[in-house]
Amino acid sequence: MYEKDGEKYFVVDSHSHFWDASKENWVKGAEQYAKGWIDCFYGYHQLGPPETHWDWEKFLKVTPEDFDRDMFQEGHVDYAIFQSTYLREWYAEGFNTVAQNAQTLEKWGEKLIVNGRFDPRDGQKGLDEFDADMAKYNHKGIKLYTAEWNGDSRGFKLTDPECYKFLQHAQDAGVKNVHIHKGPTIWPLDKDAFDVADVDHAATDFQDLNFIVEHVGLPRIEDFCFMAVQEPNVYAGLSVVVGGLMHARPKFFAKVMGELLFWVGEDKMLFGGDYNIWTPKWQVEGLVDWQMPDEDQFSDYPRLTTASKKKILGLNAARLYDIPVPAELQLQDEAVAQA
Amino acid sequence: MTARPVDRQAVWTALGTVLDPELDEPITDLDFVESCTVSPDGVVSVGLRLPTFFCAPNFSFLMVADAYDAVSAVPGVTRAEIVLADHHASAEINGGVAAQAGFVGSFEGSYQGEATAELDELRHTFISKSAMAGQDRVARPLVDIGVGPDELATMTLGEVVGTVADTVELTRLRERRERVGLPAGDDAPLLLHADGSRVTTEQVPLHLRRARLQRVGIETNGEYCKSLLALRYAPEAVAH
Repeated sequence: MYEKDGEKYFVVDSHSHFWDASKENWVKGAEQYAKGWIDCFYGYHQLGPPETHWDWEKFLKVTPEDFDRDMFQEGHVDYAIFQSTYLREWYAEGFNTVAQNAQTLEKWGEKLIVNGRFDPRDGQKGLDEFDADMAKYNHKGIKLYTAEWNGDSRGFKLTDPECYKFLQHAQDAGVKNVHIHKGPTIWPLDKDAFDVADVDHAATDFQDLNFIVEHVGLPRIEDFCFMAVQEPNVYAGLSVVVGGLMHARPKFFAKVMGELLFWVGEDKMLFGGDYNIWTPKWQVEGLVDWQMPDEDQFSDYPRLTTASKKKILGLNAARLYDIPVPAELQLQDEAVAQA
Repeated sequence: MTARPVDRQAVWTALGTVLDPELDEPITDLDFVESCTVSPDGVVSVGLRLPTFFCAPNFSFLMVADAYDAVSAVPGVTRAEIVLADHHASAEINGGVAAQAGFVGSFEGSYQGEATAELDELRHTFISKSAMAGQDRVARPLVDIGVGPDELATMTLGEVVGTVADTVELTRLRERRERVGLPAGDDAPLLLHADGSRVTTEQVPLHLRRARLQRVGIETNGEYCKSLLALRYAPEAVAH
């Protein structure tokens, strides 16, 4: 919970990690990729305020104590949703696996949601692994990383027939929310995350699933916005938008927020701090303090109300994940309606 | 007879015609050209660098290939050597461009794998986006002085000449349109849908919103890349 000027904000960080990018975890022979990956992340890390920068070694692997302090003690986060990212081609024990994440549930089970994942290229083995995870953790959400390497393959699309099978399976098993990385362009050649058209198709065909497009498709935000307008079950995940722009490029942060507010709307935008690329504290505080600039070039963008900020910072995600919100932290009219 | 020395400025100008296809900006402005040397016998060596280790290989390939073509065309150049550094597909891209193997050929049988199509369509897509974004860049000053949807819907590029909107952006819009086969002459409408059809008065407000969104997308991406490149190659960057 974060309180400012008498207003209380329920904070759900809908996109966070607890990764292990330490050198001991680098796959032999693939060290350059393991290093290249985390170096990219470290570049993004440095787009945050200087006083929040860590040295590179610490960035590779934080401790549970770091996490507790950064998220819950100082970070104002009421609930964190952990995303699982495997990258086993480069990280021997996985970068950020369900099992690693689940260990943290023992400590913070009241405040954590661990999301699952699958990779349709794993076939039956992948389905079995998914089922085992579901039996243990009853995931309400999953994270899909379409650009992940897997053997000879450098990526997949949601519309691949095999992926449809997995999506159907996940939906039948009770998964509600699908987070999909559609972020800054990285690698896989002609199968790179070049457009969000596969989300468009899948969202239409899987009406019982919500698709949270992480990083709002940056750098193809226009493709994302046009698509999200048409699809009621598509949401904007603000991870990287807040962390990467609010401090480093405030003018562009305002423009991106303005576009998202116009096209997608405040009811479908979810805050995500992307720990531990960035810590949530400065992002939450900054977003609460933030307002659309008064200059002419921003004049026809919507302005954010206190209620808009409450929705974006936590209430929207709480709705998607059925997270209980104390009455005093709900929007006033909703608290009345539920009384 | 000795060969005429290569004009280094001409090489730089040639490199200035090479665009990052996604950012729609010259690689020289983006600081992607790390080094450029000309030898007495006409060999030009260009070192390129990108904001991250994982920049998409397809865009990276386009830039290296375009740089090769641009530099090779400069008078007096006997050989162009374009080397992309610090990239996960450097070997395939550098070798493939030098061998003129095309994108598919460059990645054939390599560990990186999977390039199945040449990149013309990709390039076309991004230039089309630039042509859309350019309509905001050109029309914005007109909107700001109160030109309304009625006028904007019928205005031609020729009618923009001499107005507040007659800037370098007008030239850029014409160039992008020509490259993707859209009308770009004086009688071409200022506002055009992506398929080349006219924008009606009623459609003008939303069309301009779309054009602006396209521009915000491209420019935001450019800001990210510049920030990341500056961090990656900052003199004080910690070596690790």
